[in-house]
Amino acid sequence: MRDTNLEFCIPNCMISIPVLRWGQPYTSMDVDEVVHFSTGEPIARVSRANGGLIHKDMRKAQRARDALRTVPIDELIDRAGRAGELYMSATLPMGDGTQTPDEFVHAQSASTGLPETLCRANMKKNAFVLARMRDILTALTRGLALDVLTKGHGEERHVPISYQAQSPVLGLVLPSNSPGVHVLWMPIIPMQIGLVLKPGPQEPWTPFRMAAAFFEAGIPREAISIYPGEADVGAAVLDSCPRSLIFGGQPTVDRYKGNPRVQAHGPGFSKILIGDDQVDQWEQYLDMMVESVAVNSGRGCINASGIWASRHTRDIADAIATRLAAVKPLPPDHPEAALAAFTVPGVAAAISQSIDADLKTPGVTDVTAKYRQGERLVPHGRADYLLPTVIHADSPEAPVAKKEFMFPFVTVVECPQEKMLESIGPTLVCTAITCNETFRRQLLDAVHIDRLNLGPVPTSRLNWLQPHEGNIVEFLFRARAFQTAPLGA
Amino acid sequence: MSSVSLEVPAARVAAAREALDAWVREVVDWHFDPATGCPFWLERAKTLGWDPRREVKGFDDLRRFGEFDDEWLRGGPVQRWVPRGMAGKPVYVFETGGTTGTPKTRINCEDFRIDYEIFADTMSEEHFPKGANWLMLGPSGPRRLRLAVEHLAQYRGGICFCVDLDPRWVIKLIKKGWSEHLQAYKDHVIDQGITILQANHDIRCMFTTPKLLEALALRLESMGTSIRKIGIQGVFCGGTEFTPQWNRFAHEELLDGAYMIPMYGNTLMGLAPSAPTGPHNNYKIAYYPPQPRAAIEVVDFDDPNRIVDYGQTGRVKLTTLTKEFFMPGFLERDEGEREAPYDRAPWDGVSGVRPYRGFASTTTVGVY
Repeated sequence: MRDTNLEFCIPNCMISIPVLRWGQPYTSMDVDEVVHFSTGEPIARVSRANGGLIHKDMRKAQRARDALRTVPIDELIDRAGRAGELYMSATLPMGDGTQTPDEFVHAQSASTGLPETLCRANMKKNAFVLARMRDILTALTRGLALDVLTKGHGEERHVPISYQAQSPVLGLVLPSNSPGVHVLWMPIIPMQIGLVLKPGPQEPWTPFRMAAAFFEAGIPREAISIYPGEADVGAAVLDSCPRSLIFGGQPTVDRYKGNPRVQAHGPGFSKILIGDDQVDQWEQYLDMMVESVAVNSGRGCINASGIWASRHTRDIADAIATRLAAVKPLPPDHPEAALAAFTVPGVAAAISQSIDADLKTPGVTDVTAKYRQGERLVPHGRADYLLPTVIHADSPEAPVAKKEFMFPFVTVVECPQEKMLESIGPTLVCTAITCNETFRRQLLDAVHIDRLNLGPVPTSRLNWLQPHEGNIVEFLFRARAFQTAPLGA
Repeated sequence: MSSVSLEVPAARVAAAREALDAWVREVVDWHFDPATGCPFWLERAKTLGWDPRREVKGFDDLRRFGEFDDEWLRGGPVQRWVPRGMAGKPVYVFETGGTTGTPKTRINCEDFRIDYEIFADTMSEEHFPKGANWLMLGPSGPRRLRLAVEHLAQYRGGICFCVDLDPRWVIKLIKKGWSEHLQAYKDHVIDQGITILQANHDIRCMFTTPKLLEALALRLESMGTSIRKIGIQGVFCGGTEFTPQWNRFAHEELLDGAYMIPMYGNTLMGLAPSAPTGPHNNYKIAYYPPQPRAAIEVVDFDDPNRIVDYGQTGRVKLTTLTKEFFMPGFLERDEGEREAPYDRAPWDGVSGVRPYRGFASTTTVGVY
């Protein structure tokens, strides 16, 4: 039986990973090492692109779409499904070597600090989306005949329609800390749009493995570029791709707000609101609340960072804290590991200090403090862990009520129901527990709530048939007026 | 001291060192002579407690001055830097590149011409033909580089066309995150360059920065032409960090066969061109200063008086030794690896130049 002493399984072969320029490997003279999050031992050597390389390559971006348009969307969907199977089960090329699914999980865990169980869960998510691609595209396009995306026009209910691609490729500036976000770009290739990926510095694995799976499944190589690198590479991707997704913090979101070329994904500030009519039965929803806070180590924008109710809030906080007290750092390959490490030095300490500063606000308490032994911050090797933290705030005015951190962290906020919607602020996912029709109507009308769950659906549980934080089809294609008439003789 | 490259006879290295020591004595004598020195150094001499003219026998003795604080160059009166020996000569004042706030200034009479004439004499006729016209696609305004490149062109018998480029505005755009404005300004600069290149002026040589070279090459490519096809034979390039990977990228994908000389330098030191670079040396860029008028040392991060071994990493320490400007032991905002002497420069150089790790996170690199 494993104890809680942290042990780390270190991959024993060093892989060299090149830049991928429209499917062709390019070994740069600049190389970054990807290292084990705790020991610092090198795991891979990754070629570093330079910004000019991307600007140069993007002159040929149209070729990516042209190549994809030689394959019908129906066929691309089938190949995407095959790619998902290969991604899950095959030994695939990775740089100058190969990688089995288990090796992929070990490597991803070793560089990101995410427990292997969560890496495997994220793999399943990606594969699921690829397997259900036809349904997902049908849902995202609301039943559009998919060849309209290829031809650019068609007819629906006897009315001419036109969907115009706004870019031959989609740029993605990806994060290191949450492999789950990769599902967002899975539908792009089947829509005959090329991919320009800038992986997170600690997570080159998914983009390269997925690209290898796509190629093996028959996706044209010239449809995918992958540019590992530094900030200049991310800037070049955003500059040169007419449509891009970027993942970052609130400053990133603020910076690109209103920019039609860029969809920025940042903190979600997702929340659970419990109406006055249901709050006396709060214990029925405890599992849902714990899952919303803690699944995927609390790293996602869809994890709940706030639980709001008008009463019983101390009891709710106490019950969640009791449950989360069992979550402790475990070796990444431990089957029960649920807590991810912070791999960037100083980040966890800064977060912990920020929480401590918030605790100085009157009416704010750390409910987990009495259930844990020792400090919230647990240093280990080069990495740190933050133990799950449940805060209670007796007022929505407390600044901590609107905080989100990348670990299992939640503030249970005492707030009258009639003040909730004006106080919660922007909310990516809102799960509302209420049968009160007036409150439900107000929730449906609240424009600062993006994804709404009416009923006990964990905030973290997505229906992939629905768009996430903006419909990717609407981002990439513009619906426009279109008419044709026969030319005269 | 570590051994030097076997490619350069020890006697040549020793001779260069003797010439440096002799020049140091002459320059120190000039700057600390009340009849020829500048007010700044003459005043400073009073606080030293020793007499530089008597006690500086060679380059190593310059360490006694300690580190040169470039903050001394901010603000006036600028006349305190004008040597009395230059009285009556026209004086230029040049400002450092892309920083904001009160700029650092250096006075010049003839230095920029002398430095660039020495460099011009090393240029090949094949790539930088005499009589060819030049394009200066780089910073304008109060910068030494703008006049120096123009003089370089004139010295080789050509005429230099220039553009307007304000690097301080570029830095502001970057800091504000105004990426659209930054792109628009870069386009504006490239537009000016393209207009000149298409105007039948027989421009065959160019100075530019790495980022502008990249932008120009990509623009020309989109027009169905290239740096080489539009007539450029030789490019003299510098001003920002210049990595071997970027050098390779430029050679393989931007220059289309045009020749390029990477350059390192600044207003305070002058220019240090690179030794020949290309596939033969894995695109390594090693800069060599115009010794004895300037010297580069690569020193220990914690002990600026200790020169690191060849191939080892340290901070770049510059010393400028001209009759117009004396700057002993200035610790640059760069680091790199110490390079051994080579055939055309039998003294130390530096390679792998990049922002000093102690400042790197706070430095904003623009187009210049």
